[in-house]
Amino acid sequence: MNIVVVVKLVPDLVEELTVDASGTALDTSWLRRIINEFDDHAVEQGILLKERSGGQVTVLAPDVEGADDILFTAAAKGADRLLKLSGDFGSGVNNHALARALSTTIKDLKADLVLTGVQAHDDSDGPIGPLLAEFLGMAYLGYVAGLSVQEAKVTARKEYPGGLVAEMEVDLPAVLGIQASEKPPRYVAVSKVRQAMQTAKLESQAAPAWDMSGGLPVARMFQPEAASRATLIEGDAEAVSSRLVEILKEAGVL
Amino acid sequence: MPFRETFWNIPHWAEIGQYVVAALTIVVFLYGTFLRFRRLRAGRPAGRKGRFGARLWSLLTQAVGQFRTAQEPYPGIMHLGIFWGMLALLAGTALATVDWDVTRLFFGFQFLEGGAYLVFELILDVLGLAALVGLALAAYRRYVIKPVRLQDIPLPGAAGEDAIVLLALLFVVISGYLVEGLRIAILRPDWANWSPVGNAIAAAFASMGEPAARGLHVGVWVAHGLAAFTLLASMPFTKLFHIVAAPVNIFFAPTDPPATLTPARTEGDPGVKVLKDFTWKQLLDFGTCIRCGRCQDQCPAYASGLGLSPRDLMVKLAGHLWEKSNGRALHGQVVKPEELWACSTCRACVQACPVFTDQLSTIVDLRRHLVIDGQMDGRLQEALANLGRYGNSFGQSERARAKWTQPIQTKIKDARREPVEVLWFLGDYASYNAALSDVSRKTAEIFQRAGLDFGILYDSERNAGNDARRAGEEGLFEMLREKNEAVLTKCTFKSVVTTDPHTYNALKHEYPSLVGNGRPVMHVAELMDDLISSGRLKLGKRLNYRVTYHDPCYLGRYNGVYRAPRRVIEATGCSLVEMPRHGARAFCCGAGGGRIWMDEGTVKERPSESRIREAMALDGVQVFAVACPKDLTMYQDALKTAGPGGRMAVRDLIELVHEAL
Amino acid sequence: MSQDVYVAIEHVQGQVADISYVMLRAARELATRAGGGVVAILMGHQASGLAEAMAADRVIYFDHPALKEFTPEAYQRVLAGLIHDDSPRALLLGNTTIGSDVASVLSARLGIPLVSSCRTVSPDGKLVVQTCGGKIMAEVELAATTTLVTVIPGGYSPEEGKGAKAPEVVTRQAPALEGLRVRLSKYIEPEAGDVDISKESVLVAVGRGIQQEGNLELAEELAKALGGTVCASRPVVDQGWLPVSRLVGKSGKRVNPKLYLALGISGAPEHVEALTDSETIIAVNTDPAAPIFSVAKYGSTVDLFELVPVLTERIRGAKTS
Repeated sequence: MNIVVVVKLVPDLVEELTVDASGTALDTSWLRRIINEFDDHAVEQGILLKERSGGQVTVLAPDVEGADDILFTAAAKGADRLLKLSGDFGSGVNNHALARALSTTIKDLKADLVLTGVQAHDDSDGPIGPLLAEFLGMAYLGYVAGLSVQEAKVTARKEYPGGLVAEMEVDLPAVLGIQASEKPPRYVAVSKVRQAMQTAKLESQAAPAWDMSGGLPVARMFQPEAASRATLIEGDAEAVSSRLVEILKEAGVL
Repeated sequence: MPFRETFWNIPHWAEIGQYVVAALTIVVFLYGTFLRFRRLRAGRPAGRKGRFGARLWSLLTQAVGQFRTAQEPYPGIMHLGIFWGMLALLAGTALATVDWDVTRLFFGFQFLEGGAYLVFELILDVLGLAALVGLALAAYRRYVIKPVRLQDIPLPGAAGEDAIVLLALLFVVISGYLVEGLRIAILRPDWANWSPVGNAIAAAFASMGEPAARGLHVGVWVAHGLAAFTLLASMPFTKLFHIVAAPVNIFFAPTDPPATLTPARTEGDPGVKVLKDFTWKQLLDFGTCIRCGRCQDQCPAYASGLGLSPRDLMVKLAGHLWEKSNGRALHGQVVKPEELWACSTCRACVQACPVFTDQLSTIVDLRRHLVIDGQMDGRLQEALANLGRYGNSFGQSERARAKWTQPIQTKIKDARREPVEVLWFLGDYASYNAALSDVSRKTAEIFQRAGLDFGILYDSERNAGNDARRAGEEGLFEMLREKNEAVLTKCTFKSVVTTDPHTYNALKHEYPSLVGNGRPVMHVAELMDDLISSGRLKLGKRLNYRVTYHDPCYLGRYNGVYRAPRRVIEATGCSLVEMPRHGARAFCCGAGGGRIWMDEGTVKERPSESRIREAMALDGVQVFAVACPKDLTMYQDALKTAGPGGRMAVRDLIELVHEAL
Repeated sequence: MSQDVYVAIEHVQGQVADISYVMLRAARELATRAGGGVVAILMGHQASGLAEAMAADRVIYFDHPALKEFTPEAYQRVLAGLIHDDSPRALLLGNTTIGSDVASVLSARLGIPLVSSCRTVSPDGKLVVQTCGGKIMAEVELAATTTLVTVIPGGYSPEEGKGAKAPEVVTRQAPALEGLRVRLSKYIEPEAGDVDISKESVLVAVGRGIQQEGNLELAEELAKALGGTVCASRPVVDQGWLPVSRLVGKSGKRVNPKLYLALGISGAPEHVEALTDSETIIAVNTDPAAPIFSVAKYGSTVDLFELVPVLTERIRGAKTS
């Protein structure tokens, strides 16, 4: 079974995020890019499927800073092929453009199943999964947490609010948007990643010119107003508790 | 003239028989010993080298003098009695053999006669009695007192073996006295008084007729001989093998700093997956362990009910070493992951062991495999992932590392940009933890008052890696060390100071650029001790607190720093009162070895709470002083649950010094 | 192209999801500026009654057995045909397990632009979208042609999207819905929890900051003193410390208590979006920059392990006095 996992890198929310001088994009000077958490789950799910029923796992990532490490880590977990999509990522590439470029590569890979994270927190034009599906002519199902593969289809568990789950059948080949892998993404020891750096090969493919149509330009980017922040109660535990009791009385809870 | 009645009353067949059995015994003993040691060849090289003199000294004090065994009075007296007693009796028999079969036959003289013989008899009788008393004490301890550490040994047949060996030893000693007593009763030599015990026994047989006594004498002599030879021959196959193994193990014990772990292999799995991945020295450890349980008594994980017993670990591994491969897996069946993760690497077990086994390096080596295999709880995985990505276990940005310095008026020097005399390496907790930032600022103030030329690495500092290494993530440790050393090599400094004992341990022993090149690594307690005693730091106020001090594991047990922090406390004018478990016997807070990052699991009683209770039991203690940021966090938490009542406060050494400025 | 704003209604097992009403309210903003109306697009089977409470000018209803419950391809086909035929000003879908599966496919298939994670409409008619976990906001203008928008909760309350008068329902012919590649086999109900947190009026929520399972007791005590229940954000439920029935969030339950006390919760969007209907939110987190403080009314940066025991005592005291 030929499994392809598409991985994106997103800004690390641990850092302070600021808007650049143009006022329409993020300031990238201190930005650190890390793997999109849901894509990490997608990689894990791909590896789990391979461990369960065999197959090959190819991991695709855009060629930006930090991608190498992510791909080698995937190799250390058991991925077979590592591919980077190279191009000019400088001024930002939206999901439509990325999906178009990736779909040519994935067509050549003859994938049976494409896995990617259900969303990424820097998505501005919708998640990449359904776009890939449409450009590849495949079916799409998102919010998948758990799946099993049969002959020419997949049985997937789709998460709804309130803990409800819909069991759905999806004909292969298909693209799935992963919400959660069946087991949490495994930890890979640094020594294993370093060994993968020696043995695994990173392949690169040039992206055609970006076609960003489908996304819309940002008119203004800003940090949410400070005004909408909570009233912080000063003092130690005793002082805060006293004030809170008052507030609770006012709220009619006490 | 007094002389020895060798083989008196012993028929010829028995005399010959004895030599035959003796020869057999030696063969079986040697073969058994050979078999036992041959098993060790399966292990990896251990790289033991040099330090011959230190090893000999260790052999003398620990194998012969048994200093560690003697740490506890009851077992100490008991074991030394048995050891010296049996050794003496064995030596006596050997001397008698030499006297009769060597010097007499080949050189025509005997030395066991006259005064020499009398002294010989007296010493043997007295020491034999010591053996008897020791054995009686042992029996009483094992079967009446029944200490916890001797119960539930996880080895089939262990309890039976313990009983049989004890009985056999008792039988040998008692039968030996009986033989002597019977002989004296019949022969009534003039020098009988020189064998006080034998003489006393002889009195009991005074009424027995000579033929009966002679018959009994032969019978008991044969029984004694058979028992003794059986005991000796079976030694390689019973727990008594420790008589041979312990001195060997003590001789080859590590002489490196206590911090040192097994060097990790660079290819493949750096940990231990199957038995043969252990070093031969570790395999010897398992074989030497005499399941005395002292390690278990000291272990904080065991005390909190976490399912780890260092004793059980060694016993199970020994069992695994000897069992005919019945397909049991080392990981999962012999040893469970929970056991291995429960360890806080406090090293109390290694320090307690009278035969010098290193339980800790075994645990870490097994952990290394668990890490490769991904068998860790979610919280530990997250902490390690954060260390890898951000260089700290909190998952906070590197750029936030020096945020604690913001409120400080005079900017602290940046050691990356300018040379400093003392490079202050803070560690994660002192930098990122909001509650501890205050202590860090007080430290800076103390340094400034003392006129110290110091600087920090700001956001280039990374976790020193001590606990990542002890959690078994060798690769992560190397990566962190690389990053730190890359920064350190560009800095100019004369010494390093740190407020965190774990960081102290790693920097002092495991950072090649700092080890032994003239730039000492100090803990802040050592530095303050130096500054105070040299007068560079003047303390204006005298605090009158009654203080008890908790020795951090990585400062005390690992690095022997006990006096400096205490001097500092006393210099502030406080009075020091010691907890029962203090100094090298301090009881770990339970946070080390990565435990602070892990799921706590189900605990009976947290080690930190037990420690707080220990302190509260002391009269009038106002301050529980610590010298480690993790200790400060752990004990402040423990105080909330174990010690409501507000009388005792947990303070860092630095806070006391700051208050006394 | 019409100036009407269409809203793709979401419903599961016969219940209209709150996001649908939020979208209707958002659509009203856009429609007023465009000079058109709000049209609810309802796809279902024998489900026209679901449109009763909607604040829409009219409802376009597609009835087909294959539309009884949501499947992505069925919705995609209906909506693609609808957009092709009607060219509305905009089509709003939920940024949810239903809407997200459909929106991007429509964008790629029809070659029309898509803007995701829209929270509100700005005074000058721009879409205000949320990114980077709520740390960054952006304003995007609608394209000149039909624009697809996915909407997140929190900007408007569902009540604002409900109307007193049931709108007119116009039935249209659904396209062929055979040969769907994605099919619903069955729903798996969540295990019946002991409590239904969506009905509780006092909730004490715990997040990652609670650190250990053993510390849940603190929260339980506080909840008991307040007469409420303990609920949690995803990290706590993922660890297995509390059942899924206590999960508040996108994949869990939406709650609307009088008091929501968040302990050690950072405030990730997936969690926050489910508690925006709470009357009073109080957050306790040692990190003053935590996003939870953007939705909370009151907050404190005191360590929860110090605060909660004291607070519990005070509350007990206040109740007995």
